[in-house]
Amino acid sequence: MISRVKYPFWSSTSWLIALALMTPIAVMFFSGIAANSDTFLHLWRTVLPDYVLNTVLLAVYVVVLVILFGVPSAALISLTDLKTRGVLRWLLLLPLAMPAYVIAYLYTDLFDYAGPIQRYLRALFSWQSPADYWFFDLRTLTGAAVMIALVLFPYVYMLTRTAFEYQDQQLVKAARSLGLSSRQCFFKVTLPLARPAIAISASFVLMETLADFATVQYFAVNTLTTAIYDTWLEYGELSTANALASILMVMVLLTVAAEYRARAHQRHQSKDKQTSKARISLTTRQHIIGGIYCWFLVFAGFLLPFILLVDMAVQYFEQTSLAGLWQAGLNSLEVSIYVATMATLIAVLLGLYRRLSGVKNCAIPLQVSGFGYAVPGTVLAMAMLATFGPLDHWLNDVAKWFEIPTPGLLLSGSLFAIIFALVTRFAAIANGTIASGLTKIPKSLDLAPASLGVSKWRSIFKVHLPLLKSSIMVAWLLVFVEAMKELPAVLVLRPFNFDTLSTQVYQMISDERLEQGAIGALFIVLFGLLPIIVLNKKE
Amino acid sequence: MLKNTLIKFTVLAGCFLPFTFVHASEEVNVYSYRQANLVKPLFDVFTQKTGVKVNVVFAKKGMAERLAREGEHSPADVLLTTDISRLVALQDKNLIQPVSSTELESNVPAHLQANDDTWFALTTRVRNIYSSKRLGNINVNYEDLADPKWQGRICTRSGKHPYTVALVASMIAEHGEQKTLEWLKGFKANLARKPQGNDRGQVQAIHQNLCDLSLGNSYYFGKMLTNPEQKVWADAVNINFPNQNNRGAHINISGVAMAKHAPNRENALALMEFLISEQAQQMYAEANMEYPVRKGVPLAELVASWGNYKADDLPLTTIAKHRKAAISLLDQAKFDL
Repeated sequence: MISRVKYPFWSSTSWLIALALMTPIAVMFFSGIAANSDTFLHLWRTVLPDYVLNTVLLAVYVVVLVILFGVPSAALISLTDLKTRGVLRWLLLLPLAMPAYVIAYLYTDLFDYAGPIQRYLRALFSWQSPADYWFFDLRTLTGAAVMIALVLFPYVYMLTRTAFEYQDQQLVKAARSLGLSSRQCFFKVTLPLARPAIAISASFVLMETLADFATVQYFAVNTLTTAIYDTWLEYGELSTANALASILMVMVLLTVAAEYRARAHQRHQSKDKQTSKARISLTTRQHIIGGIYCWFLVFAGFLLPFILLVDMAVQYFEQTSLAGLWQAGLNSLEVSIYVATMATLIAVLLGLYRRLSGVKNCAIPLQVSGFGYAVPGTVLAMAMLATFGPLDHWLNDVAKWFEIPTPGLLLSGSLFAIIFALVTRFAAIANGTIASGLTKIPKSLDLAPASLGVSKWRSIFKVHLPLLKSSIMVAWLLVFVEAMKELPAVLVLRPFNFDTLSTQVYQMISDERLEQGAIGALFIVLFGLLPIIVLNKKE
Repeated sequence: MLKNTLIKFTVLAGCFLPFTFVHASEEVNVYSYRQANLVKPLFDVFTQKTGVKVNVVFAKKGMAERLAREGEHSPADVLLTTDISRLVALQDKNLIQPVSSTELESNVPAHLQANDDTWFALTTRVRNIYSSKRLGNINVNYEDLADPKWQGRICTRSGKHPYTVALVASMIAEHGEQKTLEWLKGFKANLARKPQGNDRGQVQAIHQNLCDLSLGNSYYFGKMLTNPEQKVWADAVNINFPNQNNRGAHINISGVAMAKHAPNRENALALMEFLISEQAQQMYAEANMEYPVRKGVPLAELVASWGNYKADDLPLTTIAKHRKAAISLLDQAKFDL
């Protein structure tokens, strides 16, 4: 028996990183305890119940919708002989590249009373005013849920599809041999087996929904995020805002815990993709309905908004400040590259630590460092200011004491705060990707090099890292894109003369003139396509 | 070997990049609530004249919070805001400093500057009521917005927007909290849709027959009339100056102040004095269709064509004083929900 090697330096680094990533969240939590109860009570008596209700409703609607969008499409693509399934397989991933606030703006423009569709209808039927006919109002809670679900359902689609494809076929065969029809087999065996994957992806979506700021604001849907913002900036009470943020975080953590329990039951997955399995053959009618369903999702979630965006970009090309856009693009790239690199490095470090150290509790740094995903960007930005502000003052005092030039706001006033915030928020994505990449490396490879007398570091560089290469790339790209799209944290933390593509696009949207930000939005979308292409190639 | 060292050096240097700042010698740092497209041309002229570079953060919210946190290490020199309450909040939190400048003191009317010389108004803006042309010429007061005859016919932006909050605060000063709450409830009951969008969006809604009345600042009217796409919206409405037969129309200001720990005081003062200069005031008037505070600076032709109006002479500081109560009442009336 080869004994596990202890890595004291590695161990302390891992714990330190996890601690650092948790600190702002802890600061927020403790500041919340000191909240002013009068303001809290006032809010509770007036608007807070509505905000909470809206938050819960929005979350429920979005989760139901993403399951309705994601699961049937995943089943159609992976289990049936649906026509055009080869193209749809990756087209269904495209909506992930579209930020929710952009699609919200584009659809409002299209379906509004003044939009082309209602104008056309009015002209056609000679209606005069809104009283003459009924048309759905997009700027509602339901509308916001549909917008968010349209761009987030690919998470569910992606994971569920994989679950279907890697399912243990022996179970399905056994069920068939016991006389179940293919329909019964799907509902009684295949679907329940995919349940953990659905739960995991739905909880991803849930966190993204609760963190959304721009879409709900644009649609005038007041949620807990609104309340946090209001309390902080209108009432000027950071600690009460922190208390609200902590409530939101506890809500999220509870659902994450539920997801974790669901994952604990996950088994019956086979290692190899089942390529030879029999596909369910659809009738002509089913082909048509299934095809329309999948193509509609691709169309509504990506193609139509993309076309509208290109159209706007072309029309308003002259009015767009290209110099400003170029600078914002470079800024976005700079921030995203730093964030993606940091998050991936941390994920590799923590992932390998858990895998190789073999000590008790070695999984904790990895798990804890992913908590930040549950915290909305605005809240995270507040936490950064609360954490690094005092630290900066302390640094300056120290500098004064040693009579060296004071560094100023070294941490809270520079890109450092933005990068730290985004790494905290997106570490979970990199962690998940690297961890799943690690599970694919056979355990025997951990021990073989040691038995041959190869040093631990050498074996990591010669064995693990090369095998992890593609997971590292995917993790990097996924974080890169999320960092590109991230808005609220950057909005609050940005230093002088600093705009990213997302803050610029948001600025335009809040002034109701996305036209001039269309090229910027287009760039965000195009960058968002990168990991999708890579993910697709990897398959 | 050399290549390896180079790579290592680049990586190391890269690690420290996020900490670097822009540090030119002649510069002034501005935290601005005002939009880039409005103030950028003003700054450009200032830089041309003085050679001082202007760095800006366009922050829509959270300026005071940010300044407070930054404390003595804040890089901010000049603060540009809309809305009196924000200026007073900066003053109350001791985040701005008195400025001694005859240029500013003599050119800004006394009632539009702080008693302790900490802030100065640059422009005034009126909270108008836009009405559909279908209604013809009407006389309308803010109080009328709660009149049941307008049920389902009024559009407005969020109640939490500083422009609305300031109006509610002025109503509290006039009528007291209880009556203002009733007014807010009546107003809310008259809304054609949930508060949303910006001031222009409401005029667009009148153009589309969604509503008949909306609240909006005066300069938006001018801006829409000069925008080829939005002109149709503006053409569908009349601009009304409310309460002309009694206390007058509610006005607010945009203003400027010097940050308490301004590291570039001289440049900050130069910029502040430039903003009250005839040239800058004229730019404000022409480019943003606001009412310049400096005497003798002509209004934009279009603005002048809307005629004279009577302004509420309620001290601006009173509005700021009632701000928190106003937000509280808006929550109680669930105005935005």
